[in-house]
Amino acid sequence: MLIKAPKNSDVSSSEITDETLFRQRRRFLRTAVNLALTSTIATPLFVPASARAGTKLSNVKKSAYTIDEELTPFEDVTHYNNFYEFTTEKRDVAEMAQGFQARPWTVEVNGEVHKPRTFDIDDAIKRYALEERIYRLRCVEAWSMVIPWVGFPLAKLLKDVEPTANGKYVEFTTLHDPERMPGQRRKVLPWPYVEGLRLDEAMHPLTILAVGLYGEVLPPQNGAPLRLVVPWKYGFKCIKSIVRIRLTEKQPRNTWQVNNAREYGFYANVNPNVDHPRWSQSRERRIGEFFKRKTLMFNGYGEEVAGLYTGMDLAKFY
Amino acid sequence: MAMNSELWLRRIVKPTVFFVSLLPATLLTWYALTDQLGANPIEEIVRTSGDWTLRFLLITLAITPTRRLSGFHWIARLRRMIGLFAFFYACLHFLSYLVLDQFFAWGEILKDILKRPFITVGLVSFVMLVPLAVTSTNKMMKRLGGKRWQRLHQSVYIIACGGVLHYLWMVKADIRDPIIYGSILILLLSHRAWSKRKEEAVRRRRAHSATI
Repeated sequence: MLIKAPKNSDVSSSEITDETLFRQRRRFLRTAVNLALTSTIATPLFVPASARAGTKLSNVKKSAYTIDEELTPFEDVTHYNNFYEFTTEKRDVAEMAQGFQARPWTVEVNGEVHKPRTFDIDDAIKRYALEERIYRLRCVEAWSMVIPWVGFPLAKLLKDVEPTANGKYVEFTTLHDPERMPGQRRKVLPWPYVEGLRLDEAMHPLTILAVGLYGEVLPPQNGAPLRLVVPWKYGFKCIKSIVRIRLTEKQPRNTWQVNNAREYGFYANVNPNVDHPRWSQSRERRIGEFFKRKTLMFNGYGEEVAGLYTGMDLAKFY
Repeated sequence: MAMNSELWLRRIVKPTVFFVSLLPATLLTWYALTDQLGANPIEEIVRTSGDWTLRFLLITLAITPTRRLSGFHWIARLRRMIGLFAFFYACLHFLSYLVLDQFFAWGEILKDILKRPFITVGLVSFVMLVPLAVTSTNKMMKRLGGKRWQRLHQSVYIIACGGVLHYLWMVKADIRDPIIYGSILILLLSHRAWSKRKEEAVRRRRAHSATI
């Protein structure tokens, strides 16, 4: 299934080439620096290559799930982040997250499953074939990006642990470690960050666990080493630096809902017709553009996901 | 040769304060022209101009207490300029919302004003600043008469409260900064209330001794 954006399909090829060239040069420089570093310091003995942000991920195949829209530049994707575990200043997250140790890293998968198991992140990367998915990301703050993620469908991992009949929801938890995540020293939100999906949402082919972007290992500020990406929901659903995935019978209470239930719900589907109580959701600013654009229902993924919500009052289940 | 204090104030202090007050706007312009405002420059411009509006409002309100506590009476001579800078940054803030953020989307702007309390209170505060800026000249002060002028300009306390509320209602979860601004405002307001009570007590005592 190919997801075609209704607009913006006529991006000039020169723009794309420029971007690619820019990226290649950047990557070349970074690889050079990495090589210089690794040849002098004995890091490769302790840290696998896949651990370092900026390292190219291998065996990534292009996915049919893509859109013909201009990519948001790497610099913007990696320097404009909502990741309160580091700081609430979007422009400072990259700096605050620099040096965050994303290895060793394990992810517990348990709860209502027949085969609970704990994955080492590098084993998971090897086990599940990596795909590149170009998705829109729409933040609840009314800005958006287009990001080439690298990851694998969450469904594959869930099938491996075999949810029981009681497993109706999936709950995700972020690492809670104020030493490594200095933003957690202040109780801006109730830590650790928790998110949740209904099982059918979690099993949907569009839902992925991302381990990289722009073909490289996920930088810390974007949720290293493992984050959720659910492109038809607001960005805050895409929980970062996951350490636990738990299948539950009851609907999990996600952090933003706990923090302010009037403003943030469990579903958080992108919906131009249901405003945030304090600002409009009908339009958004695509990063890099001057004029705001109209926000699309389900962030433009309605054809694929609208069926999940038939008969539901989306103004009530926001 | 020592410069007399009037000349010192006019030739050195005032121009310095003027250029320092212009610095945030200059830096913002420089960053905008050299693409140093990050991924979302419009948001950065709107937020920075808003921050500086609040800061200048609070500095304006701090002048009288500082004068009283320090005894440097010449500080009061800077109040008008700093107050006008608060208005200047408020204009930048409002214009960047109107032009850069919304690009004159009047329908959306109207919805914002009617539906979103933080926009409503921000706009009302801005509109209330306009008569204060207009009547800031010596001529206007004379025309209005000291008492009436003073009463009008006392509305700056309400405006500052509106500004802090505007900020508080805008943030998503991290209310630390609006709380800091709010605490400073409360401190300034209570100093004002306290000194007013003291003045009144003095006046009453004088009136009392006059009758005896």
